[in-house]
Amino acid sequence: MNRDERPLRLIPAWIWIALGAALSAQVAVRALTPPPSLSEADLPPAPSTAALRLASFGEPAAIARVAMLYLQAFDYGGTNSAPYRRLDYGRLVEWLQAILELDPRSDYPLFAAARVYAEIPDEARSRMALDFVYREFFANPQRRWPALAHAALLAKHRLHDLPLARRYAAAIQRNARSPDVPLWAKQMEVFILEDMNELEAARIMLGGLLESGSIHDAEEARYLRLKLEELERRLGKTAK
Amino acid sequence: MPALTLARLVLVEARRSGLVWLGALVVAAGLGLGAFLGQLAITESRLLQAAVVAALLRVGAVFLLAAQVVTSVQREIDDRRLELMLALPLSRATQYLGRLLGFVAVGVVFAAAFSLPLLLWAVPAAVLAWALSLACELALVAAVALFFAMTLTQLVTALSSTAALYLLARSIGAMQAIASGPLADDSALHALARRAVDGVALLLPALDQATRTEWLLYGLPDARTYAAALGGMLVYLALIGAAGLFDFQRRAA
Repeated sequence: MNRDERPLRLIPAWIWIALGAALSAQVAVRALTPPPSLSEADLPPAPSTAALRLASFGEPAAIARVAMLYLQAFDYGGTNSAPYRRLDYGRLVEWLQAILELDPRSDYPLFAAARVYAEIPDEARSRMALDFVYREFFANPQRRWPALAHAALLAKHRLHDLPLARRYAAAIQRNARSPDVPLWAKQMEVFILEDMNELEAARIMLGGLLESGSIHDAEEARYLRLKLEELERRLGKTAK
Repeated sequence: MPALTLARLVLVEARRSGLVWLGALVVAAGLGLGAFLGQLAITESRLLQAAVVAALLRVGAVFLLAAQVVTSVQREIDDRRLELMLALPLSRATQYLGRLLGFVAVGVVFAAAFSLPLLLWAVPAAVLAWALSLACELALVAAVALFFAMTLTQLVTALSSTAALYLLARSIGAMQAIASGPLADDSALHALARRAVDGVALLLPALDQATRTEWLLYGLPDARTYAAALGGMLVYLALIGAAGLFDFQRRAA
């Protein structure tokens, strides 16, 4: 690693000046350029699963998760009054579909569809996300039921579409029969029909998910608690 | 054992050329990336960290080892040390295999060091299986890089050829799947292209089946699949080692 070097004083002054000026210019140019943001950009059409698989160079699980982070960057944060209002949900669902096909054992696409993209004040878009969750549920009901359970709650309390909520609940009841699935989920249709408000139902669901060990990830538990607090605040305001 | 002495010299050169620091830098970058990704995920944060960091460490280890092998051989050729070595009363097979053994040893050290950070996010048994597979993969990369460095004798072409073969080996499975997909047409041209892809695959190791990130996320594969992945790499290691020896025997001093 060592090499013989001449002393710094032997470097001509004009080279010092040129180096300093070039460095300053570089920093100035970068400082004046706004950082890239995807928040208002159009979501590009989803690549095919085959193309994503080819681009992954044998790492489909890693590229699936990087693709989810990329997708999240579009209008992520929800700081605006109507999040995802510019997002093309047709393309979004195609992206989620491709990512799920790339790594079918990942829960990320369905979690994002049910907990992020369906929870928007735009009924048509919300229904597209919920429909995606419902369609994909049947490929692996024992693993994917939490997303559909949340979809049933959204259908009942946000969309006020009880038949849709019952359809989702009945699908869980009929297909998710593993011993790991909590009792309230196995009796999802009754749970949906019970006369309780969204907050009570969400509390029972989160408590049940934590108790059943369905949530393994600390970030997921934190995110769900934040969403519950947000719901408590929102419903508190409505009550006042 | 002259071969072991040559292998030891390769390890000494690797240590002196700053490879240890570069390896440490890649591991540090992996840990930093893992911490950053942990802040972005809203679910599966542990899986996200394990998947992306493992992919980075894998490609980092492969690149560093391939670059080390090619530049080391190139230096030997440029300094005419290779000619000197060939004049010594040592068989060519001993010389070639001694070097290869040294580079394989560097790969094994890399595999061990680059696997350790993954214990933060994956279970030890899965990390061990991944590390063993990475060690075999790096041994294979060392053999491929040594073969191209000795055969092509130009740094850029040897490094490019190594990278091309490695990337092709990792994506040939996806290419075969695309070529035989349900949307593919039945024309004679397409059938020819599909056969060509299948033909190329016969000459490549199935690296897409090795060192899989999925093992870290969802548990180990069954013993047969795992043994097939490792066995395939060892067979190709033998092939490329034999091809290298063949070429080295023919080499004029």
